[in-house]
Amino acid sequence: MTTDLLNKQAGGTTVRPDRDGRDETPEVRRHTSSLHTSDVLGLLGAAVGSLALSALLFVWIAPFDSILGFVVVAYLLFVGLYAVLVSFDENGVAVRDKVAAVLWQSLAVLLLAVLVMVVVYTLWRGRSALVHLNFFTEDMSRTGPLQPLGEGGVVHAIVGTLEQISISLAVTVPLGLSCAVFLNEVPGRYARFVRTIVEAMTALPSIVTGLFIYATVILILGIDKSGFAAALALGVMMLPIIIRAADVVIRLVPGSLREASYALGASRWRTVWTVILPTARSGLTTAVILGTARGIGETSPVLLTSGINAGLNADPGSGPQISLPLATFDLVRSPQPAYIARGFGSAALLMALVLLLFVLARVIGGRGPGELTRNQRHRRVQASRRDVARMTRRARLRSAPTAPGSD
Amino acid sequence: MSVVAPGLGQSSGPEPEARPDDGAKRAPRGRIEPVDRVFRAALGGSGAIVLAIMLLVGVFLTYRAAQALGVAKFSFLTTSAWEPDSRHFGIAAVLTGTVLIGVTAIVLAVPLALGTALYISEYAPRRLRRTLISLVDLMAAVPSVVFGLWGAFFLQGHVVGLSRWISTYFGWIPVFQVDGADPHDPLQANTVYTSSTFIAGIVVALMVTPIACSVMRETFSQAPAGEREGALALGSTRWGMIRAVVLPYGRGGVIGGTMLGLGRAFGETIAVYMIISPVFEVQPHILQNGANSVSALIALRYGSASDFGMSALMAAGLALFLLTLVVNFIASSIAARGRSGAGTEA
Repeated sequence: MTTDLLNKQAGGTTVRPDRDGRDETPEVRRHTSSLHTSDVLGLLGAAVGSLALSALLFVWIAPFDSILGFVVVAYLLFVGLYAVLVSFDENGVAVRDKVAAVLWQSLAVLLLAVLVMVVVYTLWRGRSALVHLNFFTEDMSRTGPLQPLGEGGVVHAIVGTLEQISISLAVTVPLGLSCAVFLNEVPGRYARFVRTIVEAMTALPSIVTGLFIYATVILILGIDKSGFAAALALGVMMLPIIIRAADVVIRLVPGSLREASYALGASRWRTVWTVILPTARSGLTTAVILGTARGIGETSPVLLTSGINAGLNADPGSGPQISLPLATFDLVRSPQPAYIARGFGSAALLMALVLLLFVLARVIGGRGPGELTRNQRHRRVQASRRDVARMTRRARLRSAPTAPGSD
Repeated sequence: MSVVAPGLGQSSGPEPEARPDDGAKRAPRGRIEPVDRVFRAALGGSGAIVLAIMLLVGVFLTYRAAQALGVAKFSFLTTSAWEPDSRHFGIAAVLTGTVLIGVTAIVLAVPLALGTALYISEYAPRRLRRTLISLVDLMAAVPSVVFGLWGAFFLQGHVVGLSRWISTYFGWIPVFQVDGADPHDPLQANTVYTSSTFIAGIVVALMVTPIACSVMRETFSQAPAGEREGALALGSTRWGMIRAVVLPYGRGGVIGGTMLGLGRAFGETIAVYMIISPVFEVQPHILQNGANSVSALIALRYGSASDFGMSALMAAGLALFLLTLVVNFIASSIAARGRSGAGTEA
């Protein structure tokens, strides 16, 4: 149809592009980045405009004094101004697109800002207690409410946290990992049922696990309220989290590796032990660390099953044994500023511990099964080169056994 | 090409008669070695232990709660006072409080989680994505006592102004009404707005946002690339593509994540306990001082509880357990129903 039209216009002859009259200047490379100058200018302009307008409103026009109100008004003005600025160059669809992008991005920024605020606020308020060395070496048994921060500390809570988390890890890691292997290696209706129950239990309220251990271990088995009972409660809470995370990681192990192992005649047990678990190692470590980070910060199970004490109790088998989150909770209930400062100190310590676990998880894991770091890849390549060299040497020796001097 | 693996059963090969026919019927599965028998039994055993622990939670709570429930009968659901030693107790107030805190939290958390999930899966630069994901995971692991501290010592002072503003201008909506507040009295202290359901709800919202966010992000990122590119190729903007492809695909994940967050919000204990000042009456005004929740009740009263009081607390715990279990099952079934059912691993 187009050719028809062309033919009519050109009187029946084909029109060829005019080669000689063509613009021979080299084509300018197209700007393909999604970031344009007008976008940046629009954002900047809207930001400056909204700040100026809301400052005008808050300082000159209306007697407002709330910081929160200022932020909200400035933000709303910013979105409005940005929409107006964009609408100068673009049509309605594009304006909606840009405004949506700004909205989602600012929600993400808000969430991360809150995270940073929570962490920094805790560490900042905890600094006054953390600078005293005795905070890490003394307990609270001989420290009264009015004594300054130079005396007393939370070593009892540190010991309690470490012991409880170690006991619960000693129980949950073997049980959790073997259950995760079970879910993947022995599929069937039973495994599906177990998986459903485990998934339902990931949202088990932590206080209910405390009640459960209280009802069974303390009331029925007659074990005292102790660090051991608290460790069991933490274990019940961590178990579904670890199983679920480990299950996902093991499911990601490539089937080809598994089949290769079976094809070599390995038993299932060998395959799991030498192929599946090593392949998923980084992911499994991450699963365990994330479970630990969750368990270490739980307060209410420890409150119910172990209780509060002020002195150092290194024996998890008897007597109440406090933990860091519980110590925080207990200390800030007091109206004494020194106690509150110690509470923030132990919260900061706890937060630092969680951060450390997270950095560890990030360094060790976060990689899919079979994905290697640069060093690991390098080592594998080296090993395989050595193998090749060894094999060629051997082959040469075998092919010329009668002439050893020919090498 | 006529190689048929012996022993693999289910002769789906093109020429089944090419199979070496030695008369004996082949077992469809390989021979199980003795060590494997032990191994499988051990695995099955660990599965059974986990299952038993999880089922025992429900069984023992019911068993311990039976005594109190036998005394209280149906009044357990309608009484709002908590005086188990005079046999006058029920969860009407605390259950209402739990639901109110949970709903406040989830109303605030859903936009936040949805926005963050969309940003991470659709807008964030690829290099930043993994960092953002681990930051959101980190937020999920921040101990609740730290959130509680922040809420009680920092947020409370900043939010009472907002509470006052809302109750002044929207007090005609029953939920935002505050008894005993006079917006025309400039000298009135803000104490009537402190320790409220609203403040507890904000803090709990921040605690459940990461969980809801990671479920949503997971489903969004699984939206089929072909459909995305199709939408873009038809001239859609990024937001148009999200509305036409990503959000419909991830609907199951959004609802599932929301419900999962709701379940977590119901169970939150320590942060709520640190913020609220407990009241034992049905208190539907979310901005007003005084709130309560089942888990806060347990943490508050277990220390001074008699045997019967402990049984009553177990009954309250059982109610909470059943509530979260129901919400959770709804969450997983909704998430599994959509096209994106496979992607709900948090």
